[in-house]
Amino acid sequence: MRRSTTATIHAWLMLLPAMTLLALFTHWPALATFIDSFFSTPRPRRGAAFVGLENYRQILDDAIFWQALTNNLLFAMGTIPISIGLALLMALWVNDRIAGRTLVRMAYFTPTVLPMIAVANIWLFFYTPQYGLLAQLLAPFGGASHNWLGSKDTALASITIVAIWKEAGFFMIFYLAALQQISPNLGEAAALEGASRFYFFRRVQFPLLMPTTLFVLVNAVINAFRTVDHIIVMTRGGPDNATSLLLFRIYELGFSFWDTSVAAALTMVLLVGLGAIALAQYMFLERRIHYR
Amino acid sequence: MSTRIAAEIYAPAGAARLLETAAAWMLAILWILPLLYAVWTAFHPSEYSARFEALAPLTLDNFSRAWNAAPFARYFLNTFLLVTLILGCQLVLCTLAAYAFARTDFAGSGIAFVLVLAQLMIMPDVLIVENYKTMNRLGILDSIPAIGLPYVASAFGIFLLRQTFKTVPKELDEAARIEGAGAVQTLLKVYVPLAKPVYLAYGLVSVSYHWNNFLWPLIVTNSVESRPLTVGLQVFASSDQGIDWSIICAATLMTSAPLLMAFLLFQRQFVQSFMRAGIR
Repeated sequence: MRRSTTATIHAWLMLLPAMTLLALFTHWPALATFIDSFFSTPRPRRGAAFVGLENYRQILDDAIFWQALTNNLLFAMGTIPISIGLALLMALWVNDRIAGRTLVRMAYFTPTVLPMIAVANIWLFFYTPQYGLLAQLLAPFGGASHNWLGSKDTALASITIVAIWKEAGFFMIFYLAALQQISPNLGEAAALEGASRFYFFRRVQFPLLMPTTLFVLVNAVINAFRTVDHIIVMTRGGPDNATSLLLFRIYELGFSFWDTSVAAALTMVLLVGLGAIALAQYMFLERRIHYR
Repeated sequence: MSTRIAAEIYAPAGAARLLETAAAWMLAILWILPLLYAVWTAFHPSEYSARFEALAPLTLDNFSRAWNAAPFARYFLNTFLLVTLILGCQLVLCTLAAYAFARTDFAGSGIAFVLVLAQLMIMPDVLIVENYKTMNRLGILDSIPAIGLPYVASAFGIFLLRQTFKTVPKELDEAARIEGAGAVQTLLKVYVPLAKPVYLAYGLVSVSYHWNNFLWPLIVTNSVESRPLTVGLQVFASSDQGIDWSIICAATLMTSAPLLMAFLLFQRQFVQSFMRAGIR
């Protein structure tokens, strides 16, 4: 009994530094965000007052919020399936012994190492009307120079492409690792049974990759809602909020308009949304995953 | 890497193989093209920035102009201090916490673990408004510790190390105790050496994440003395240079160069580290 008490004290002492910082920069801010979202933003002349759900009502009435939410969902639906699909394709290719696969793998993975902000600056030039590479490449085929980032129709898609380019190679790595762990016996057995390559992929490789897919999917979803570096560099949410994402809107509300209470309410919306998505994914996929 | 893999039996042959190789290479070229293009622009005078001629003169002028136009030396120092500070603190804190979780059965361990894992869902990247207020109250706005503090107690690191420590055989632990080693000594002499590859993996992931991190440092800093490279690059690219892309490309490459070169030199370790950090 005494031993277990000292063990508890020792354990908590070892946890203390990490717990203190977690409390200060994760638990407390999460709680404070929740509380602040029910109060008005304190101004120099008058302090914060309890306003109930007023901040949330303001968000619901805000057309820019709905726009940012729609944008973010479109951005997620564009980046997540395409980057995961490409990652799987890349991994399958690099896993086969094709000529120069080290170089190919390097090419796929390199964008992952670069800072998003550097990537965004390079792509910004790509998309520049008239001078940019894309404009110059398309010029011989006729067609007026298009302002890819300046036009409401193409801005979000242009941003989505950058995110896919940055992310696919990262996810490839996880698929590659998982593919290499699949036992050769399975391939031999399938071949003996006369299974086609596609059948082998569909019935053996893909199911065995499901835990990896779940891991990658959770990461992809989180990234789709927490990365706004490229927005800040390339469009600042424009034109006319066509590329505003939720976190960018929080940043804008909190640090351009200094309306911290509405920003807090929006943060709550984002946190609850992310939590719900994670839970749903977990419950849905958990049942269909074959764990080794 | 591995001697034999399942897919080998199903590796395409003949025309299919040729087709697959061609497709893989085409995608690879497409993927690396933006970077090659930035390299081209950075190493040529600006009139060649979108004109590709084999004999275009090479120059380092863009780099020296970028270097002189903004305090990049200071930004490099700041980023270096930042990633060192974060990684150093992370290693110590996460090791201690992970050891507690992995090897002691203590009162409240379940709740404590949930409190740690909460950070995987409630990320510092999202809590920007409230963390800014906290830094303001602590009076450390616009400083390097302010950039790093929210990330130091890393749930990911604690989780990763806990999983690793759990695989250390209990017999080794007990042997060390019989030799008279205390808890801290056992941790340092038995667990930490055995977890070396995981430390390397976590270190690479952490350094590249914080080298590249942008939004939070942008919010919390506003002077040359504390700005990391990413924020410095953005300030430089958005204000001073107008549309001289050669200089912006040079600055962009310059800021990514250390990570990029480390990656090219230690490619295998990088790739394996990222795999290790993701797969338990």
